[in-house]
Amino acid sequence: MGYQTTTEKMNAIFSDLSKDYLIYAPKRFVGDGTFTSIDTIRYGEITDLAEIEFAEKSDYSFKEVLLPISETLFYFTENEMKEADAPKKGAIVFLRSCDLHGLKRMDTIYLENGAVDTYYKRLRDHTKFILMGCENSFENCFCVSMGTQQSKDYDAYLKVDGDTVLVDSRWDYLDTALTDATPAPVIADSVTTNDTVVTIPETVPQTLFDAPFWEEYGNRCIACGRCNFVCPTCTCFTMQDIFYTDNGKAGERRRVWASCHVDGYTDMAGGHAFRNDKGQRMRFKVLHKVNDYKRRFGTHMCIGCGRCDDVCPEYISFANCINKLNTLVNDAAKEEN
Amino acid sequence: MTELNPYIPFLSEITEVIKHTEIEYTFRMTFNGDVKPGQFFEVSLPKFGEAPISVSGIGDGTVDLTIRKVGKVTDEIFENYVGDTLFLRGPYGNGFDIANYKGKEILLVAGGTGLSPVKGIVDYFSAHPEDCKGFTLLVGFKSPKDMLFKKDFEIWKKNINVIMTVDYPDEEYDGNCGLVTQYIPELMIKGLTDAVGIVVGPPIMMKCTISDLLAKGFKEENLWISQERKMCCGIGKCGHCKIDDTYICLDGPVFNYTKGKFLKD
Ligand SMILES: Cc1cc2nc3c(=O)[nH]c(=O)nc-3n(C[C@H](O)[C@H](O)[C@H](O)COP(=O)(O)OP(=O)(O)OC[C@H]3O[C@@H](n4cnc5c(N)ncnc54)[C@H](O)[C@@H]3O)c2cc1C
Ligand code: SF4
Ligand code: SF4
Ligand code: FES
Repeated sequence: MGYQTTTEKMNAIFSDLSKDYLIYAPKRFVGDGTFTSIDTIRYGEITDLAEIEFAEKSDYSFKEVLLPISETLFYFTENEMKEADAPKKGAIVFLRSCDLHGLKRMDTIYLENGAVDTYYKRLRDHTKFILMGCENSFENCFCVSMGTQQSKDYDAYLKVDGDTVLVDSRWDYLDTALTDATPAPVIADSVTTNDTVVTIPETVPQTLFDAPFWEEYGNRCIACGRCNFVCPTCTCFTMQDIFYTDNGKAGERRRVWASCHVDGYTDMAGGHAFRNDKGQRMRFKVLHKVNDYKRRFGTHMCIGCGRCDDVCPEYISFANCINKLNTLVNDAAKEEN
Repeated sequence: MTELNPYIPFLSEITEVIKHTEIEYTFRMTFNGDVKPGQFFEVSLPKFGEAPISVSGIGDGTVDLTIRKVGKVTDEIFENYVGDTLFLRGPYGNGFDIANYKGKEILLVAGGTGLSPVKGIVDYFSAHPEDCKGFTLLVGFKSPKDMLFKKDFEIWKKNINVIMTVDYPDEEYDGNCGLVTQYIPELMIKGLTDAVGIVVGPPIMMKCTISDLLAKGFKEENLWISQERKMCCGIGKCGHCKIDDTYICLDGPVFNYTKGKFLKD
């Protein structure tokens, strides 16, 4: 149901909600970027709508709310394990359409691919999602190519315009809280075109896995993993045990974000590793995002937010890579005929 | 109903330790539940981490884990197993389905510790030789010092055809020498169209053996392999074991070669 209300009213509602929820939204952190003169926009807790950065795309996605960078799974003593407590409060997350599609990718891995992940589920079950519209596409966005520019899977859509707030609610609590507000037709802002357009090859034959095409990336990529860390659909982790004192028996097991671009991702006993070449790691990532994930789960993993292109210190463009790969696949098919 | 937390391991008692070599022991662990050869457990050591280890034998209320001491977790298991218990989670993976091999002529080729995940198959057909048309076990170890499961070999030799070879013999050794692949040409396989080949070992060994078996006339769909990759979860979440659209921990580690041949890291 759509409403028109005021920022004051909305802030009061969020203030009430904050008894049961932590509210996360993209915020501007001044001078916090790669260079001190650059700001970063990343997720943080907010108490007032004015703190939210609506005008620009966030450098990092919302995923750390559901998948913390480092998450304690359980505490142990020598013979006992105790599951880490879930946060006492639920979460409310402000995010854009592409990211809301990213949530589905996370659900697929954490709720459907094999056993249900206890830690993800208990956060997910207590999280509400508030859509932020996109009036314009941002740099490197290609959601339209990925079909993620709109989403209906939100608990509420919210748009701030001066002191006015437009809300489309699918959440009983908000409907009740907004009974006195003016009903209004509210349609989420979404883009219809992006400057960046990608064409994804239908299938990428295995014969192109070692094509010289990937070597360029091998020469440029420095295996920093930033593209994975900003990606809302990268969900890999590594286990880490830490203990409180050297000789003590007590400690905890955590999981921490992992990156398939970074050394060590495939290391096995005896020093054996796969994909030592960084170009091959690029191939692995790219094809996961737009090829093999779809074969397994039916949709592409990539949601087109373009953050990997925003962040890469070597100016490697994932979007360009897909387009060049498409040409390569077409050329290879022509050669065969 | 709330689902069980799949990351929290359970305590299992060590009922017996069988020492094969300086760095390879079998730990017989209490376990009640369904388990197949080729499946694996995560051995989970607080403070040290986890290591995926194949089931190398299945007993009444026990499973065997044959562990090679190679690093952080496995060193600690060897040094402190006097603790009498280990934390485990699992079993994970698909494992080998004995039913796929019943009534067939079977050739099992294993290299070194690759024997662990298939040992349950050998145990089964050694105990029930009438359930197959013939069973040949072809095993290679690096040197006589690296031989595993010596006592089991004594039993197997009585019931099935066993060929054991070592890459590097020592003074006292008087058995077969050389790589397993040297022994493939001379193997007498009666019905190549339905004979089953199971191949587990280091990547190079598997590659060469498979190519020799195909050359000999084995059908791709009758060949089976088991893969090892880095694994941090065993349940399709951490991503490390993924190859293309396949999660080794969920869809494998055992693959029919018609699928296994497409696994390209
Ligand atoms: C399906 C499967 C079945 C296996 N079965 C057996 C078996 O029956 N017996 C046996 O002795 N070994 C087996 N292994 C290998 C065994 O898991 C590794 O030797 C063990 O994880 C090494 O742990 P570590 O802490 O002692 O070594 P580490 O100190 O961790 O280091 C040794 C190396 O092992 C790598 N490694 C760490 N964790 C893993 C992991 N989870 N998976 C793979 N490599 C890892 C490290 O990156 C490092 O390069 C199996 C592996 C897999 C994937
Ligand atoms: S990719 Fe599309 S939905 Fe996402 S931020 Fe850019 S314009 Fe908005
Ligand atoms: S951000 Fe760029 S340099 Fe860093 S791992 Fe990704 S592709 Fe490589
Ligand atoms: S071991 Fe974690 S996904 Fe397979």
